[in-house]
Amino acid sequence: MTNLASGVRLDACGKTFDDGTQALEPIDLEIAAGETVVLLGPSGCGKTTTLRIIAGLEQPDAGGRVWFGAEDVTALPIERRNVGMVFQSYALFPNMSVAGNIGYGLKVRRVEAAARSREVLRLLDMMHLSGMGERRVDQLSGGQRQRVALARALAVRPRVLLLDEPLTALDAKLRESLRIDIDRLLRTLGMTAVYVTHDQAEAMALGDRIAVMSHGRIAQIGTPQDIYYRPATEFVADFIGTMNRLPGQCHDGVLRVAGGSLPLPADGHGADHAMFRPQDGQIVAPGQGDLAGRIAAVFFLGNATRIIVELDDVQSVVVETGERRAFREGDRVGVRVDPGGIMTLRR
Amino acid sequence: MSARRGPRFVAQLSFTMLVCAFLIVPVVLSVLAGVSVNFFIGVKSGLTLRWVGEVWSLYRDSIFLSMKIAIACLAVTLVLGVPIAYVLARAANRWTRLFEELLVLPVAVPGLATALALILFYGEWRAFRASWTFILVGHVLFTLPFMVRSVVAVMSAIDLRTLEDAAASLGAGFLQRFFGVIIPNARAGILAGALMVVTLSIGEFNITWMLHTPLTKTIPVGLADSYASMRLEIGSAYTIVFFIMIVPLLIAMQWLSAERNPGKAAT
Repeated sequence: MTNLASGVRLDACGKTFDDGTQALEPIDLEIAAGETVVLLGPSGCGKTTTLRIIAGLEQPDAGGRVWFGAEDVTALPIERRNVGMVFQSYALFPNMSVAGNIGYGLKVRRVEAAARSREVLRLLDMMHLSGMGERRVDQLSGGQRQRVALARALAVRPRVLLLDEPLTALDAKLRESLRIDIDRLLRTLGMTAVYVTHDQAEAMALGDRIAVMSHGRIAQIGTPQDIYYRPATEFVADFIGTMNRLPGQCHDGVLRVAGGSLPLPADGHGADHAMFRPQDGQIVAPGQGDLAGRIAAVFFLGNATRIIVELDDVQSVVVETGERRAFREGDRVGVRVDPGGIMTLRR
Repeated sequence: MSARRGPRFVAQLSFTMLVCAFLIVPVVLSVLAGVSVNFFIGVKSGLTLRWVGEVWSLYRDSIFLSMKIAIACLAVTLVLGVPIAYVLARAANRWTRLFEELLVLPVAVPGLATALALILFYGEWRAFRASWTFILVGHVLFTLPFMVRSVVAVMSAIDLRTLEDAAASLGAGFLQRFFGVIIPNARAGILAGALMVVTLSIGEFNITWMLHTPLTKTIPVGLADSYASMRLEIGSAYTIVFFIMIVPLLIAMQWLSAERNPGKAAT
């Protein structure tokens, strides 16, 4: 497949709706050709609006510009931008067969019937849908429908593939397997892709970079590791996974906190807080470790055990461990924190 | 359903049969009258198609006129109604709801009043007033809301906006989307609306009665005319002709709505 993927750039694209609500503050975003960027955030954060601006389904406020490669596409309607789009609700055409759906974009482009059906067969095969071309759309399962929708979007060889919560309507097992398929597709085809989701696990697994959005702004953009281990704001730290956050006073690179003290990383000297992930903590005998406390609650999750340790009346931390020993509520324990896992917010 | 049927079932069944008989017996009588040689003697006077033949020769023009008006009315309501329904379903706000209510006014207002308004307003244009298109205008006013509502209902049930977004993302311009995606997916509503419009147009009496001229009589107007001025057998034979035209349409409508609600039809 020839690769027509182009990079995408948003310059100061904001969106104010007719009723005056500002869905998006003017944002800049640059996506390299062949890169997958995930827009991640809670509902109402502006991620779908951003996607729709890239698609051409919404116009940015005056001053905003949308670039595909070196071409300014701001004024082009969606049908002339050559994008591929996948929707949460599949949006398959009920009046067409599976093959009719996949071939629709080619039909609109007046590709002759023989070439069209060859391409449809190739896509059916690629999406593990061989032999289903003549089925009606309502005879397919949710996972199959979304595969058809993907094939339909890919058939037109889009410059950018836009996916709007494509897995949200599926159950957990299907979501996992389709996510792997999408990942493989994006890599092998070298697609430029923008993927909107509120699911952080999906974002971590799929994104070359993740843009965490909140209240119409990009709170942080970076690789999944960046976002997870070096959150820039409190919102990002809390939105992605579970984060322990302890306030304290800094003395010579060591932060005094409730129940003990934590060594701060070199770039965090002088901070008034420290953070670590639950899996970077370890339950040890009382008197040992960095923090002292009492087990307040134990939750067995299957693949790990989550333990909540109270440090004093106000502060507590969450520790997750794969150890197969019994933890009892009320026991006095120590918590050792991996020094490499301790971080502070960037200032 | 259990094999044992209690007195309650028997009572319900007899009541239903009674109501059916109440509705159907006059129809059967009327049909019999239309094929009897002499109604006052009854069926034993012999059966004949003579009266049906008389109706045909006397009112053939009315039958053709009614068909012409019904088809023209269908064409106009399709061309106007489907785009209106599309706009209403896409926008769906306070103003479109108000518009939809306004559209239904000619159904709520007595047909005579609508007709009177048309005559007051357009009566001076003699050629228009005397032509069959004057009746057509009345029929369109009366049937358009049925087409629009039927299509809006179907269009609102599908996620029209997302389907259109999807088609647009694949490169389809507005006309390609409208005829390739929107119309085919609203087919059930358009078909139901079309049958409704044709049935209503063929049977419409109130408005037509006021608008017609001696040269533009439709079937129902002719029916009233024949009851008023011909022998009873001819009026009854007319009823038979009317049935022949309208019953297939009604059956098609029932069949269509059963198609659309398979669960309901199965019970």
